[in-house]
Amino acid sequence: MKSPAYTRRLGLIAGTVMSFTGAIGMIQTFNERTLINPYLRMGDLTLYMTPFVLAWLAARGEPNPLHEPEREPMAGAAQGAVVGLIAGALTSVFLLVINTFDLTEFFPNMRPATIDAMTFDLGVPVGLVVLTAVSAFVGAAGGYIFGLPEHIRRGLGRATGWVLAFALFEVVVADILSFADIIVDVIYGPRGGLQIWSAVIIGALAWWLSARYQGQVKEFSNRVRGADAKSRLRRSMIALGVFAAIVLPMLLGGILNELLVNVSIFILMGLGLNIVVGYAGLLDLGYVAFFAVGAYGTAVLTSTSEAGIGLGLNWWLALPIVLVMASIAGLMVGTPVIRMRGDYLAIVTLGFGEIVRILLLSDWLTPFFGGAQGIRRIPGIPVPFIGEVSGTDPQLFIYFMLLFVGLAVYISYRAQNSRIGRSWAAMREDEDVAEATGISTVQAKLLAFVAGAIVASFAGALFSAKVGTVFTNSFDVLVSIIILVLVIVGGMGSIPGVMVGALVLIGILGGPKSPGLLQEFSEFKLLIYGGLLVFMMLTRPEGLIPSVRRSRELHADELTQDAWLDKGGDFARGDGEEVAT
Amino acid sequence: MGRGSLYAPFRLVTTTTNNSRSTRRFKLNWVDGFLWFIRVTAVIAIVVGITGSVQNFIAGEGPTLEQWRDLVISSLSTGFMYGLIALGYSMVYGVLGFINFAHGEVFMSGSMVGLIAATMLFDNGFWDANPWASLLIVLVIAMIVSTTVAVITERIAYRRLRNAPRLIPLITSIGVSFFLQYAFAGLFGVGVRSYPAPPGGLNEDVVIFGIEIQGTKLLVIGVALISMVGLWYFVTRTKIGRSMRAVAEDKEIAGLMGINVDRTIVTTFAVGGAMAGVAAMLWALLFRAVDFLTGFLPGIKAFTAAVLGGIGNLPGAMLGGVLLGLFEGVGPLLVLSGLGIPAVSQLKDAVAFAALVLVLVFKPDGLLGERLGSEDRA
Amino acid sequence: MPLLEINGLKKAFGGVKALDGVDFHINENEIVSVIGPNGAGKTSFFNVISGMFPLDEGEIVFDGDNLAHHQPNEITRRGIARTFQNVRLFPNLTVLENVMVGQHCRTSAGMFGTIFQTKHQRAEEEMISEKSKEILSFFGTRLAGYRHDQSADSLSYANRRRLEIARALGTEPRLLLLDEPTAGMNPKETIELTGLIGKMRDERGLTVIVISHEMKVVEDVSDRVVVLDHGVKIAEGHYDDVSTNPDVIEAYLGRPAEKHND
Repeated sequence: MKSPAYTRRLGLIAGTVMSFTGAIGMIQTFNERTLINPYLRMGDLTLYMTPFVLAWLAARGEPNPLHEPEREPMAGAAQGAVVGLIAGALTSVFLLVINTFDLTEFFPNMRPATIDAMTFDLGVPVGLVVLTAVSAFVGAAGGYIFGLPEHIRRGLGRATGWVLAFALFEVVVADILSFADIIVDVIYGPRGGLQIWSAVIIGALAWWLSARYQGQVKEFSNRVRGADAKSRLRRSMIALGVFAAIVLPMLLGGILNELLVNVSIFILMGLGLNIVVGYAGLLDLGYVAFFAVGAYGTAVLTSTSEAGIGLGLNWWLALPIVLVMASIAGLMVGTPVIRMRGDYLAIVTLGFGEIVRILLLSDWLTPFFGGAQGIRRIPGIPVPFIGEVSGTDPQLFIYFMLLFVGLAVYISYRAQNSRIGRSWAAMREDEDVAEATGISTVQAKLLAFVAGAIVASFAGALFSAKVGTVFTNSFDVLVSIIILVLVIVGGMGSIPGVMVGALVLIGILGGPKSPGLLQEFSEFKLLIYGGLLVFMMLTRPEGLIPSVRRSRELHADELTQDAWLDKGGDFARGDGEEVAT
Repeated sequence: MGRGSLYAPFRLVTTTTNNSRSTRRFKLNWVDGFLWFIRVTAVIAIVVGITGSVQNFIAGEGPTLEQWRDLVISSLSTGFMYGLIALGYSMVYGVLGFINFAHGEVFMSGSMVGLIAATMLFDNGFWDANPWASLLIVLVIAMIVSTTVAVITERIAYRRLRNAPRLIPLITSIGVSFFLQYAFAGLFGVGVRSYPAPPGGLNEDVVIFGIEIQGTKLLVIGVALISMVGLWYFVTRTKIGRSMRAVAEDKEIAGLMGINVDRTIVTTFAVGGAMAGVAAMLWALLFRAVDFLTGFLPGIKAFTAAVLGGIGNLPGAMLGGVLLGLFEGVGPLLVLSGLGIPAVSQLKDAVAFAALVLVLVFKPDGLLGERLGSEDRA
Repeated sequence: MPLLEINGLKKAFGGVKALDGVDFHINENEIVSVIGPNGAGKTSFFNVISGMFPLDEGEIVFDGDNLAHHQPNEITRRGIARTFQNVRLFPNLTVLENVMVGQHCRTSAGMFGTIFQTKHQRAEEEMISEKSKEILSFFGTRLAGYRHDQSADSLSYANRRRLEIARALGTEPRLLLLDEPTAGMNPKETIELTGLIGKMRDERGLTVIVISHEMKVVEDVSDRVVVLDHGVKIAEGHYDDVSTNPDVIEAYLGRPAEKHND
């Protein structure tokens, strides 16, 4: 029996979350986007996702590792309905309070428009009843679906997922299909949002395909994952990936390429921070400083502007100089912190990052770095036969990004599986023992700092050439934290993890200054980043795509094999007995 | 390995044992050389800077004696406020051994909600009619809010991470910090808001020991000192305080001795939060302006203060706060402008961060010494 | 000339003198056991030799060089490797990688070679992996075959001890310091390991210092026994002589009138 107290608590949590999303203005902002014409708006989806998910959890009951949860649709529906009802009622009370008292002086988002947005524009008495009823219904649906057999749940999930993907990423679909505007016009409504019947078709198709090819996809991905690094399968997959990377930008329009350029800058920085944090285990919170060194270094060397030094060098000539500068910066930051405890190191590097930003901004160094004006007139990257490539032409610029991302991936991959990578891993696991095993931790740490700094300076140099002007506010602490979030969400120490993390976070939610695919999120992305970081730490600290090294321990099949080895009949405390837990 | 498996990716470098490091004598290698270079450069820069400023002063340039005095007093009052925030860092680090990065946001939440109270009191005239009562109300509300936020974050985020490697709670607290910042931005809007002017005669100068001190600053210093004494009494003389110290020393043993560890840790967060709430009201008196980012810089500076005084050491946190306030308030003008650097006030924060680096290079266990439990020293 | 000669070694933690003027020597190809009651300073002795704790006074002359105040990695590079009383492996690295880490100080591939996959680097990686497998094969089937790719975390306790020794052997030491290598092993495993310690000397030409609480191991393995108590060497000699020495018996059992609290 699932306890009523648990259900009640989930209901209260759901109500609080729903009220909170309303109070920060999220529902209202999101409702401006229609997903499925004319029934589903993004705000409503967000609002009712909460009772759905929590009703699902209520139907599952309190997590109990000892037995599988029971799956009974009707019982689940009842429970879910209770969750939804409590949530809806709580939210209604909250809306009543907003309606009764004028709180807009302090809480700008608690205004009548919020109530309208949350009650399908029905206003106070009627809307609140509708809200509660819908919430209870959605909750019941959540509980009911939990109880359904697996293949139906999977089909539903796939169908919903694909419909939402088509609805949310309308821009991408439209951009890819830009050669066939007619199709786009058929799928989507004139003012955005999927047409209802195209949603039905997409959903049905997704369901059918998932049922048809279920298992085969998984089998194939397992085969690729399990394949040897040198096998033909693995190689052909990599070749396919490279081919896709080369062809894709040609298919996409300027906006998406621009977005991809932004994402790749963060992938680059993520890969660099991954060396420092994921491989060597040094929590660097001031990583943006190296990005700044790369960007400002390039700016000073290549700019032709009057402010600042402006040497007007060729970008390709500036790059090696910038790399040397970044290495020196890596040493300068790395050396003082080398003997510090891990957590002190984190705060001190954060301090370094801020010092760099403040100095760049100061009047004192304005003659060199332009102060608040920044450095302007930074030329693009000169290429023979094409001319200068800069951010104004993202379709070309993306290839530079791909080149350097490829380089960083290659460096990371090689470093990870080498003598140096092993020394980092050893140091991360146990610094004292690593030292006693003959590893100079001083050297290993400095090497990690320098390698990380160099990768970040790639990103900085490209950033400079892309935007043409650098200001200090691109080098906020925020950037350091966001890079950390994407590395952690993706999976520390995992190269694909970092790439997926950057794509999902920067690409969809948006970077510190630039919007992502879902522009509606731009106001709330940092809130989500913070919440995501906490959520990942509490539930899935190894990240979305954990690194091989870290997931290895999941395959602890020692017990059986040991029994086989000790078959000769041993003492009670043979090898197999004491598998550590 | 139990604690290792889930958090295996986070085996970040944390294992440097403190006692073996601080006493290790190596042959002078180039790392030590670089550290010595930093030390010597810092000392030279400070000496040259101060000499320059003194020469300027004698030549009759730069700030006058009164201006210096005012600068010192306002730096002191800011420093006392940092000290109060630092207490929260220090206590949590002492008991749980991690940096609660979100403590600055605990402080910010107090000042944001305190602002509502102050504005409402001001609007209905109570603020001017009963200045002391209004300040008390704002203080109590700020303390309640900060305490609540601190306790809730402990319950939701940190409790489950109690046995995780120490960088896990640190990373989590960074997330909490962001979440709180932008939750407050969403709720209260992103604009800067102002407290009403301090009531009554607080803006006038008070003469103490022949020195004129602005009333607000005196009040800030006074409130900070009273809170500190109260906290000191609480920690050393009460039963709860004793159990806090026991838990700081060794959680497991304290649990075996019949101390409710969970409750004690919650109390630690609550007391730290209350001190941050007091600081929140003092911030309002000193600077008046608040927004959702208000907590970030004071938070980091207060952490610096806690390290400067010796983390886990409560009088140390207060001393560290005062010193840091002086460094960043007086330092730029005294040292940097003596070096001929223009517009030094821009570099105030950089000075505070540089102080952090120098403290950790010169004296990582702080001025009054660390007080950490056996398990947190690693 | 002895391989390792230690004179007047002192180390104090606060007021506690963990080592109070210890003299010690070991010749090439010798196996010496260090015994003593709990808290006698045995592990501190190892920590100081391996450079993990700085010493207060004294000399540690290894192969003619004074190694006092050297960093642990430098000491390991010169040829002293150790294991730990409470096994300290790199838990998330594989068994093979753990041993390969040991090879770090015997190899030289740098960032350049790693990135550009120079011939030297590839040959070296090949050699590291071969050598590590060879070292693991020293333990028979215990750490062989499929075990290479398991994480150290998943090993049984006895295998962890073996792997730690393998990692130490990976640094290609001349002198091996084993801190209670048989603790927590069953009698059969203990005998097996005792045999291996002898083999290390005979086949690999190692010099070994063993800390052990198990007198059987000490008796079987050592050419000479050194007894520490309260940071002072109280006896030294052949096992039979030492085991009957009244000072040693007293250190272990206590003097009737006086009680030791360590």
